Formats: sequence, C-alpha cells, structure tokens
Amino acid sequence: MQTTTLSALHKRLLNDFQRDFPLSPTPYRDIAEQLGVSEAAVLAAFAELDRQQLISRIGPIIPPNHIGASTLVAMAIPAEQLQAVADKISAFPEVNHNYEREHRLNLWFVAVASSQEHLQAVIATIEQATGFAALQLPLVDDFFIDLGFKLDLQHA
Amino acid sequence: MPDTRDLELLAHISGGLPLCPRPYAQIGLQIGMDEAEVISRLGALKTQGLIKRLGVIVKHRPLGYRANAMVVWDVPDAHIKQLGGQISQFSFVTLCYQRPRHSEWPYNLYCMIHGKDRATVLAQLAQLNQACELGDFARQILFSRRCFKQRGAVYQAPPTTVTANG
Repeated sequence: MQTTTLSALHKRLLNDFQRDFPLSPTPYRDIAEQLGVSEAAVLAAFAELDRQQLISRIGPIIPPNHIGASTLVAMAIPAEQLQAVADKISAFPEVNHNYEREHRLNLWFVAVASSQEHLQAVIATIEQATGFAALQLPLVDDFFIDLGFKLDLQHA
Repeated sequence: MPDTRDLELLAHISGGLPLCPRPYAQIGLQIGMDEAEVISRLGALKTQGLIKRLGVIVKHRPLGYRANAMVVWDVPDAHIKQLGGQISQFSFVTLCYQRPRHSEWPYNLYCMIHGKDRATVLAQLAQLNQACELGDFARQILFSRRCFKQRGAVYQAPPTTVTANG
C-alpha cells in the first residue's frame, strides 16, 4: 500500500464534506469559497483523491430497507477457489460490497435489486453459477448507519 | 414513499456526483430533469430519511484504517433495540444492524468496527463488551481480509415493485 502525502486541502475535503454536501447549483464553488481556494482547485483535489482511490465517490448513503430489496449474503468457499468465486459474484451489477472475512463463512457480500423477486433471482443465479449455497441475512432493523467517519489524518 | 422519478434520480446519482461545475444539472440531463428539480428532490429525500447522508464517501483502508471487523452477537430479542442503541453511541462503530438468526449462524446483532490496526479494533471491542455488558453473549469476530468490491448500491430503475425489505 503506497503512503500518500495529503495536502491540507485534501484532508479537509475528506473530513468536512462527508455529510451535508452543498445542495446548490454549484456545490464545488460553495466548498471552494468556504475553504478560501478556487473552484478549480477543489475539482482538481477531488479528482486526485479519486485517482488515488482514497474516495469511493461523492454520493448518497441510502438505508437498505426503504427502496428495493437487499440482503447480506454469506458463503463458505474453499480458499483455493475464493478469488475465482468472488470475481464471478463481483461481476453482478446487483452486488455492491464483496469482502473476504476470517471465518468458515469466508465470503460476505451485499446484493441490492429493485424488487424481492429480482433479488431472489440474482441469488439463485449466483448459487447456480458458483455451486455454493448462499446464506441470506436480510436486515431486520437498523440501529445505526454510516453517518460518516471522523478520520485521524495526522500522519497521512 | 419515493416516486418513480425519485428512483430514477437515485439510480443515476448512486454511482457518484460528477466532478464538474454544475453536477446536479449534469445528472438531470441524463433523465430529463432540470437542475432545480434534482436539487429539490434530493433535499426532500434527505428530509424523509431515504438518503441518510449525502457527501464524500471515503475508502478507509488506504487512509490508514487497515483493520475492520464485523462483530456479531446472539442477544435476547427483548434487549436488542436497547443494546443496538448503546453500541451505536461509540464513534468507532460505523454500522449496527439486527439480522435474522439461522440454524448454522445463530446471531442477531451486528456491528462494524473500523480501526487503524487489529489491536486497536480488539481493544475497542473489549470496551464495547464491558460498557454494554455483552460479555456473556455468544459472539464471533470476523476481520476482513480482501475487499473484492466496494461501491454504492445501484438501484435498477424504474422498478416494477418496491418491497420493504433489506
């Protein structure tokens, strides 16, 4: 993993705009004015953060149980097949997070679809394509959803 | 409830806001919606809680937060709301959910802990266990290894039906 030196502008863009991104016609200019830099500097800095893969995107966090249907899925995959199976699963546009975790159930992903029928069709296709059973763990209740994260970037 | 136009808008913005001077106008162009309507609909979706937050979504790992554990407990259903509420108060917890138990996976309370390293995450978990009196419940700690994919949910629009499920 490369060590990245972040400028003061990069750090403020990472930490100060995780919530309440300006809902105005010119959000990047608003941020620029707030930070005392030019709009071009803000756009260039975000592009650089994106290029270095330090940000996933600027966008909405949508709680899982209000729109469409989604579920967390766990699978137990033999280590030597894990990468290949994970790649197959990641290729589905309905899959958005896909992680290896330390457990017998070692592959964990989230699938999202516009309807429960569509979701179940996707899970069935994944089981068929990989030959492994999918344990579905849909949300029952959310107590807390990622409301942003205060990063300690002192040494970044 | 969101209407079809809201879902179309969410489908087009979930991949990320473009980096250009008028990003909301640009999103609107793709779905035939003017800039003012894009902005007012996004504002309304936030107010309704259908957008939990709108902003920069960081990648924790390359920023030095290398350790991430999903911790699950089997707690009595009668106490889960109270425990979930308590766990959510800790700043290192980024998610806290209830999910159904299965015969081969008898856990119902989930939380995600991010830290700079494994030892930090384990110390934070010990703190949680003590403060929320979780020590007696069966639990599992699943540290993440490889991240194969991380991106926003893509809602295929327009949907035929909307099911309240998660």
